[in-house]
Amino acid sequence: MSRTARIRLFWVAAAVFAVAYTAACTGLPRFGTEVHPYGTRAVTSALHRHTANAVSAVNFDQRALDTLGEESILFAAVLGTIVLLRRTRDERVGQPTAGRVLPSTRLLGLVLLPVTLLTGVYIVAHGQLSPGGGFQGGVILATGLHMAYVAADYRVLKRVRPLSVLDVADAVGAGAFVALGFAGLIAGGAYLQNVLPLGTFGQLSSGGLVPVLNAAVGVEVGSGLIVLLASFLDQAVEVRSQDRSGSGGGT
Amino acid sequence: MTILPFLSAGWIFLAGVYGLVTSRNAIHAVGCLAVAQSSTYVLLLTVGYRRGGTAPYFTDTPLGTRVVDPVVQALALTDVVVGATVTALLLGLVMQVRKRHGTVDPDALTGLKG
Repeated sequence: MSRTARIRLFWVAAAVFAVAYTAACTGLPRFGTEVHPYGTRAVTSALHRHTANAVSAVNFDQRALDTLGEESILFAAVLGTIVLLRRTRDERVGQPTAGRVLPSTRLLGLVLLPVTLLTGVYIVAHGQLSPGGGFQGGVILATGLHMAYVAADYRVLKRVRPLSVLDVADAVGAGAFVALGFAGLIAGGAYLQNVLPLGTFGQLSSGGLVPVLNAAVGVEVGSGLIVLLASFLDQAVEVRSQDRSGSGGGT
Repeated sequence: MTILPFLSAGWIFLAGVYGLVTSRNAIHAVGCLAVAQSSTYVLLLTVGYRRGGTAPYFTDTPLGTRVVDPVVQALALTDVVVGATVTALLLGLVMQVRKRHGTVDPDALTGLKG
């Protein structure tokens, strides 16, 4: 199909979509409506299970099985990216050269690296109480580690990033979520049912299974994202195709 | 006009699809797909909004406070996670296409290669 024909087809389709979508929107409940039957029930159920963060309660308690699917997608995507970006036979690895880093950048990176990692752990651990959780905290943990790349260079990042350990941690985190689900079956309930003691409302230990699942997801997302970024960074910094000579790219 | 927030989600979706259709660069197309997908975040959060409601967290807010729908927020979280991982996978594919075919223009990728 030619380019102009494709764009014309888009405009026709867009017009049809716009009309149908607008008609559908007029039939929806009013924006900002008082009636949220699912929301009201989810909040009641979350408070009943001593989980102050209703969103976490939905994700890791009421609909934990859906989150199992979600984190499986994440695991599969990390796996797929690693397979796609593996080094092929006609590529070789160059030695990355160190780039110049401003002293102020180096200092700021060094100061912020532990602060960011601590923030990540905090966000993972308080997922049942305040906005955050395993997914969000895991991303902060993974990006925080790359402060080493910003503040120093790729060789330093490689030293603070034990990829073989993180590969295993990614799989263990994903497996732990599946294994924790069996706690419900052992206790005589359903798979992934929240059977742990619920604790005091508003405390760090509240929510039963929710903080445990959050920790498993935090480990999986954190290590998975580092492995994912590592395969992209390797491509950009280290891997050189056969026909292009010279050392690796600068960092 | 209470329908406007819903329509804005549709507009973002169409803007993303327009970018996909006219794209001459696969990395640009992946970005456009992310734009089209982000319309679903807007739609989900619009559906779950309750007038005057605050975030559904009860650590500091007293019980019984009017809050927005937490179910759609959980769905939006799933959406973000899946969107990010799919973007990473697609960018990996684009890198391999660039290596094997020497181009990232989707229109230039016509023939099949064994």
